[in-house]
Formats: sequence, C-alpha cells, structure tokens
Amino acid sequence: MRMLALHLGVLAVLAAAQFLLPAYHHTNAARIMVLAVYAIGYNIAFGYTGLLSLGHALFFAAGMYATGLLVDRGGEPWLALLAGLVAGGAVAGAVGLLALRTAGPAFMIVTLMFAQAFHLAILYWGGFTGGDEGFTLSGAARRLGPLDLADPTTRYFVALALVSVAMLGTLALVRSRLGRVLVAVRENEERTRMLGYDTFRAKLLALMLSGLASGAAGSTYGLMFGYVGGSFAAIQYSILPLIWVLMGGAGTVLGPLLGTALMFYLIDLSSSVTTASQAVVGAALIGLILFAPRGILGTLRERGLRGLP
Amino acid sequence: MSLLEARGLICHFGGVKAIDGVDFDLEPGEVHALIGSNGAGKSTLVGLLSGRIPVQAGSIRFDGRDITRLPAHARVACGIAYAFQITSVFPRLSVFDNVALAVQRTGARDLRAGTMAALDRVGLAALADRLAGALSYGHQRLLEIAMGLALAPRLLILDEPTQGLAAAEIDSFKALVRSLPATILLIEHNMEVVMDLAGRITVLGNGRVLARGTPAEIRANPVVQAAYLGGRDADA
Ligand SMILES: Nc1ncnc2c1ncn2[C@@H]1O[C@H](COP(=O)(O)OP(=O)(O)OP(=O)(O)O)[C@@H](O)[C@H]1O
Ligand SMILES: [Mg+2]
Repeated sequence: MRMLALHLGVLAVLAAAQFLLPAYHHTNAARIMVLAVYAIGYNIAFGYTGLLSLGHALFFAAGMYATGLLVDRGGEPWLALLAGLVAGGAVAGAVGLLALRTAGPAFMIVTLMFAQAFHLAILYWGGFTGGDEGFTLSGAARRLGPLDLADPTTRYFVALALVSVAMLGTLALVRSRLGRVLVAVRENEERTRMLGYDTFRAKLLALMLSGLASGAAGSTYGLMFGYVGGSFAAIQYSILPLIWVLMGGAGTVLGPLLGTALMFYLIDLSSSVTTASQAVVGAALIGLILFAPRGILGTLRERGLRGLP
Repeated sequence: MSLLEARGLICHFGGVKAIDGVDFDLEPGEVHALIGSNGAGKSTLVGLLSGRIPVQAGSIRFDGRDITRLPAHARVACGIAYAFQITSVFPRLSVFDNVALAVQRTGARDLRAGTMAALDRVGLAALADRLAGALSYGHQRLLEIAMGLALAPRLLILDEPTQGLAAAEIDSFKALVRSLPATILLIEHNMEVVMDLAGRITVLGNGRVLARGTPAEIRANPVVQAAYLGGRDADA
C-alpha cells in the first residue's frame, strides 16, 4: 500500500511539474517520459527476467515505423498507434522464439544481429522507409482524435499518461504470480523449471511484454515529435535503455524513469558546458559501477529499503 | 499397479557409466530408499526420473503414462517433485516467495494460506519474511523440502535431505515424512534414517542395482554388506 502511494506520488509530482517548470523543460520532460516507457519495457526483460538483450532498438523502431509508415500514408492515427504496439510485441515474440534458444552472451549476440539486420533493412529499402534521413509526420498525422500531439501541453499529458500506465503496469506485474516466476527465472532458471514452470514460455512472455512497451514508446515518440528515422533502429538505441536501467536500478519499478531522467539531463547539462559530454557520461557510468553497482534505487534497496518493488 | 516403472535406463557421461541398465519400480504410497556409495549413480538416477537429465536409453512410465520424453516442468505437473541435493533455494528471495512459487504452481487460490501451511510443516513459518540466503544451512535444507512438498506431489524425491541437519531436526524430519500422503523416494546416507523410514531399499553401485528388498533383507544381504554397509560409507 505504501509502495503504491509512493508511485502515485511520483506521478502526481510529474503532473504538477507541468505547471511549475519553465516551458523549456516541457518538451524535455515529455521526451524523458516516453523514453522512460522504453526503459520500463527493457527493465521487464533485463531487470526482472534477467534477459540481457542488445537488440531492443528493433522493438522500439518496429513500433515507430509501423505507426509512422501507416499515418504517413493517411492511416487513422489511433489504429496506427495500436499497430505500433502490436508490432513491438509481435516482433519481440518472433525474435524470442529463436533467440531464447540461447542464453547469456549468445543471447546478446543473437538479439544484436536481429536488430542490426532490421537497421540495415531500413537503410536498404530507403525508398519505402525514408532510409537514414527518415521522414517527418504532418500535423494531421499526429492528431489522436481530439489530442493534438504537436501541442506541448497535450504532448506532456499524453506522455504522462503513457508512463503512468507503464509504471503501474510493472508494479502490478512484479506483484503478480507471473512476476514472481519471472524473478525466479532470473535468479535460477534450472530451479524454476524443477518447480514445474516452462521457463522458455515465461521468458518469451516477458520478452513480448517488454517488446510491447518498447513498441508503444517508439510509436508515441514518432507521433509526438513528428519524426521517424533510421537512427532509432541503430545499436545506440539498444544500448541506451540498458544504461538508463542500470543507472536507475535494474529490477526496480521507478529505476527506469529515474535513470532516463538523470542521463538525459546529464547529457543536456554537460553539453552546455563542454563538447565532451560523452566523457561526462562515461565518468558517471564508471562512478555508478564503482559505488552503486545495482543502480541508484537497487543500491537503496540493498541499504534498507527492502520493500521497494 | 506400480506408480512408477523405469526399464533399462542408461545414462553415460563420456566414459562414466553413471547409470548402466537400471530397472526401477515404485509402489503407490511406499517410502523407498535409494542407497549406495558416493558416485554410485543415485543423483543421476533420480535426475532421469525427474527429467533434469535426458534419458539416453530405456523408458519411464508414471501412473501408466509414458513420460520418457516429457520435459522436467511437465513431469512436475504430472506430480513428480524433486528436492535438490545441493541446496538450491532462491537466496535473494524471501522464504515466503520460495515456497509461494511452488504453491502457485499447483493453482492454489489462497497463496498465503497454502504457503504458510507448507512452511509450518517444516517449522519455518516464523522465518517467512527472511531472505532465504540468510537462513542457516539446516534451515535451507528444510526450506528445500518445504518447496518440494508445497507442490503437493504424488511422488516426492528427496536427495539427501538430512545432510547437515541436527539430531533434533532429523527426528522432526522423520515425523514429517511419515505424515506425508505422497510416495517418497529418498536418497540417504544416514542408515538409521533409512532403516527407520523405508519400506523397501534399492542399493546402487557403479550405475547398477546391487540389491533390492526390505530393510531386514538388505541388512542381511552379503553382497550389500561387502559393497556398502560394511565399507567406507558405514560412517553415515
Ligand atoms: N554432469 C556430469 N558429467 C559428468 N559426470 C557426471 C555428471 N554427473 C555425474 N557424473 C558422474 O556420474 C557418477 C554418478 O554420479 P551421481 O551424482 O549420480 O552419484 P551419487 O550416487 O549421487 O553420489 P553422491 O552420494 O556423492 O551424491 C559419478 O562418477 C559422477 O562423477
Ligand atoms: Mg548425489
């Protein structure tokens, strides 16, 4: 109960921030919240189930391109958004059917290869996908019924709604029976199997939920910021959610949001004072590994906040 | 009819004939002990029965159904539960969650009640909120057993359950086994526990069955005495 209150409190603060923060931060915050949904999705696979994927950009981009290509051709934005979700989940399921036959480093490689193949396909069929340059979405394409996603305030609240669903959904998941099984798979797969669980199925389900959230994030990101491009399918976009989750705390509900926000502002602030912002990020990551290897919230949980989900 | 019928089981690891042509039967409701010196093949045999280790040749029937090719998790659904020899509870999960994982597998409605009941049977109810990794070794053994019986199995396989338990804990373990409705397959080095609990005993040596019978028959068997009871393992 207290934990539910904590998470609702965080969401309430985010809602209030829209009125308190200067306008400069509104777009940033909307971006952070949508990317946090991506991180939350990544966390389901990596943080809770122990699946270290290096190919999540595939699921993010699958959602983004499914939605983007549909609205670009005059599709109904609501349906296109739905298609983005389905694309993320379905592609994750298909990849999982093959990739989950492997584990550990092999799983990392296989997921990476799938994502690279997709990235190359986007570049190769540039006539259809817009290639590296991508394409922008018209104003009409970005209107979800009465909601105009080009409007900063609307965008902020849509992003907030999305991150709320993702966060409360994870909270429900980790407290459910399925969540307990996913954690058990992460901790000791062989033992979980001997308790009668089809661990392949559990991992596949986790990956599909993860892909669904990633697809949702990619899909809304495209609609909100009006741009779909090949860089979102590149390996960098597979590494980013891993870093965000590691920073905030893998296997915590709030960690992905915290990690995404911190990384975003770390880059934002450091690039305003130096051109070597990547070095600042690197230093932050090294510090993290040295002093808080379980991420910020993971370390707090170890130091006494044991009930943190 | 037998609950379990294994015929001609073979499992070789490279040159090691861990199980080399074993027939094995379990009657419903019996407590059956599996004994034999270190490396005799006991854990391998129950690994084949529980599905942890794939069968290379031979067949296994459980309750009349051929389960030879059934994956381990599906055998649990048939009613075969296995408590590990090397304690393998989930150390970073609470004691409660460890057992709840087993209870929820049975589809129980009231997870809390079922879990606490299983913990109560092994005397760990008071420790439910602890992390499993923080328990003493003996308590982890008991937790392992609780996870096995929380699956409400028809056949419960216990691989050296009393290893590392104190004398008083062994007594309550014996009482626990007697109170269970399930068929029990017990691997055990402690001969006092074996003689006390088992209705029948199978003696394994070098991957083969050396002898089988009631405790009295096994005690009197000259082959067994030479190979096992009188040998270096009498320390148990
Ligand atoms: N995975 C494996 N790979 C190779 N050899 C193995 C493997 N598992 C078991 N063995 C070998 O098979 C033989 C039987 O081992 P097993 O573990 O079944 O013996 P055990 O009767 O359970 O012994 P203990 O009383 O020590 O537990 C041993 O010689 C062992 O070294
Ligand atoms: Mg053994």
